[in-house]
Amino acid sequence: MEGVWSAEDTTPGAIESALRGLLRERYTQEHHGIPARVLNLVVVVDRDWRGEIENRLARTGRYHPSRTIVCAVEERRTAIDAVVTLGADSDDEEDDVTPIRERVELKVGRQHLKHLATVVDPLVVTDLATVVWAPHGHAEAVDSLRALAQVVLLDSVEEPEPREAIARAGELAERAYVVDLAWLRSTPWRERITASFDPPMWRSELAAISSVTVRHHPSSVAAATLLLGWLSSRLGWQPGSVVGGGGALTGRARGRRGDVAMRLEPAGQDVPGLAGITAETSRGMSLSLDRGEGGLRAVRRRRDGSESAWTLLGASRGEAGILGEGIRQALLRDPTYRPAVRAAGQMLG
Amino acid sequence: MATVVEQNPLVEGLERLPVHPTTLVIFGATGDLAKRKLLPALYNLAHEGALPERFNLIGVSRSDMPDEDYRAIARESIEKYSRTKTDDKVLSALLEHVRYVSGTFDTLDPYDGLQRVADEFDEEAGIPFNRVYYLSTAPSFFPMIIDALGQRGLDEREDAEVRVVIEKPFGTTLEEALDLNRQVLHVFDERQVFRIDHYLGKETVQNVLAFRFANGMFEPLWNRNYIDHVQITASEDIGIGTRAGYYDESGALRDLVQNHMLQLLTLLCMEPPVDFSADEVRGEKVKVLHAIAPITPDTVSDIAVRAQYAGGVVGGEAAPGYLEEEGVPDDSNTETYAALRLHVDNWRWAGVPFYLRTGKRLARKVTEIAVTLKPVPHLAFGQDGSVGVKPNQLILTVQPNEGVSLSLGAKIPGTRMRIRPVNMEFLYGTAFLSQSPEAYERLIMDAMRGDATLFTRDDEVEGQWRICDPILEHWAETPGPLPTYRAGSQGPEEAERLLLPGTKWRAI
Repeated sequence: MEGVWSAEDTTPGAIESALRGLLRERYTQEHHGIPARVLNLVVVVDRDWRGEIENRLARTGRYHPSRTIVCAVEERRTAIDAVVTLGADSDDEEDDVTPIRERVELKVGRQHLKHLATVVDPLVVTDLATVVWAPHGHAEAVDSLRALAQVVLLDSVEEPEPREAIARAGELAERAYVVDLAWLRSTPWRERITASFDPPMWRSELAAISSVTVRHHPSSVAAATLLLGWLSSRLGWQPGSVVGGGGALTGRARGRRGDVAMRLEPAGQDVPGLAGITAETSRGMSLSLDRGEGGLRAVRRRRDGSESAWTLLGASRGEAGILGEGIRQALLRDPTYRPAVRAAGQMLG
Repeated sequence: MATVVEQNPLVEGLERLPVHPTTLVIFGATGDLAKRKLLPALYNLAHEGALPERFNLIGVSRSDMPDEDYRAIARESIEKYSRTKTDDKVLSALLEHVRYVSGTFDTLDPYDGLQRVADEFDEEAGIPFNRVYYLSTAPSFFPMIIDALGQRGLDEREDAEVRVVIEKPFGTTLEEALDLNRQVLHVFDERQVFRIDHYLGKETVQNVLAFRFANGMFEPLWNRNYIDHVQITASEDIGIGTRAGYYDESGALRDLVQNHMLQLLTLLCMEPPVDFSADEVRGEKVKVLHAIAPITPDTVSDIAVRAQYAGGVVGGEAAPGYLEEEGVPDDSNTETYAALRLHVDNWRWAGVPFYLRTGKRLARKVTEIAVTLKPVPHLAFGQDGSVGVKPNQLILTVQPNEGVSLSLGAKIPGTRMRIRPVNMEFLYGTAFLSQSPEAYERLIMDAMRGDATLFTRDDEVEGQWRICDPILEHWAETPGPLPTYRAGSQGPEEAERLLLPGTKWRAI
């Protein structure tokens, strides 16, 4: 059962009081459910497009934040309206412990964005990590919330212009911890590239990589560049700019033992994201990973020309879980994103 | 042994670390454990992308069948018992690398067969796979298999690691455990041996270490000066089900106390390790086992109680007594309840009683550690009109609702200074977004990775048996019938005599 409170032309103080009241009410009425205390998520969306974001939030399942504050922006609105909802998933009841979903939906005007932190601050649970996500832009709101939020959630592939996407991610990453969904989608790729070079007999080949081609869905240049940026930063390359030609982006990086040819190549696949990667070494070894049945299909060609192929097992996670994974990652710290985004920025100029 | 090479610079920042390509060999591949736990765990690891980049499985068992038939058995088990919905493409890709070898373990056939198949895997891939032998057979086959692996030279490889995972029970007496350790270590080095106590693979159990060593506030209290006593409870509301054959041979002490509960005790009492490497952690745990006062036949009846459940009512339904359970001999003296009072005689814990109890068909299913602090030295408040001030209790609940609660004295609202205990409660489920992996998934990965922290070392197993063996011997020599307790109750009245004055068992 949900507890609901709503008001028009209200204040943050009144909303915060309503939140406390609804929580107390739950305790006294002995509803099933305990307040979860993991993190706050502040979402800034266009009022007209909030439905799509609502659907994505609904699919986060068990990874839902403790308290979600949705700020739906209407162009000319001057007053703040609010709806506060407290509920627990009945599906979870068999677990005995059912975390309560606490949700505040605010209708705000563009005029509120510059000082949005003063509206949101009283509403977040103190001492918990606060994550801000503005899928429809609203850079002004993100900047306002930066002092309040320790983590910025973004998706670099949603920005149509990859150069701007990487530049914005890089700028945010210098000032806050960034969880980039485009980066998270590449996690299985990064894990498997790492694993493929991990056996002692192959590890030394990392230093001899002479060319890398990343294949990607045409809309996923930013994701492909981030993957190349990761390799570049981890292996100590100095990447130069990539330039267009023949439908691909090509460039060179200065490696520790010579130049590395880099190529970002659009591939004909239906799903957005990465399609494959091929790394070749100056010693004549090459390794390719491509999407395949039941995981990534790996093909290794040795110096003597012999080949072996195998599958790195793993199910596709799909898009449904990626936002939840992003929320989970907000509690962790990946030190490799910022160097990767920096390197990606150098490639895209 | 693998050559030492430069660190892999790509590893940093990844949650899942790479594991060397591995061929896992399951002995007892058609058994219940393999079907219900091991094969589903392997599938879930594959689903998550957590298996080594190249992975093969060889099932070894007595039944004669072609690879295809074993793959069908594996598919059926995985589809039935996997915690995640199976993805047919992943499952098929996993099964492509599954082979089967038949033969009885006391003949050379299965070992020749597995060597041939494992070598084929190496040749096909052009790399030497690590090999992990998982002994999931009846314990009586352990020495035979270990010996045969040694004889066939399957216990080591020049350019890859070889490890052996041994399921519990590791012996049923101290003598058996010592013998088995001798036989295992005659063939393998201790660093190659991974003795499973699946309890240690549970996140909840590992959290005991996190609770103790990641929080400064409890450490100053964690000693004889502040702690009055500790109760460790592992109770179940169910009976023995269809496991009469196993359980009647084993009993509560062997089934839970010798392994799981003594592990909890060591985690609770150990000194902070220098680091969390396998030998540092296990070294500290062994010290606790060594510090437990030796038990002699004369002292058994003072520090141990056993009992059997009689008929009763559980959850509103009539439940039969142990002797009425199907498959249990009429004159069985097997205990379904065991309680102990142990003392850890070292500087930190001298004089603090540790009460351990476990049983079937008790009032509730719960596993918890209850640490009761000493009462305040002087009470300034009156006790009239209230239940009064109680000593603080810290409860670490392992299951079903993992968490920590601390009982504190608080003022009852009103004009008088009246106090009653309140609970400050923390539930792990409300503070983390991650789902805990199955214990077997964690342990299989650790064994493949070569991390033995969550496995029991030879001296640890022997230390556990040194505590339980005298009790079991004394009980074996003492005729029944055993004291009984009503199914669905708190346990036998006899358990009260273990408690030192002023102490009560916590309600289950």
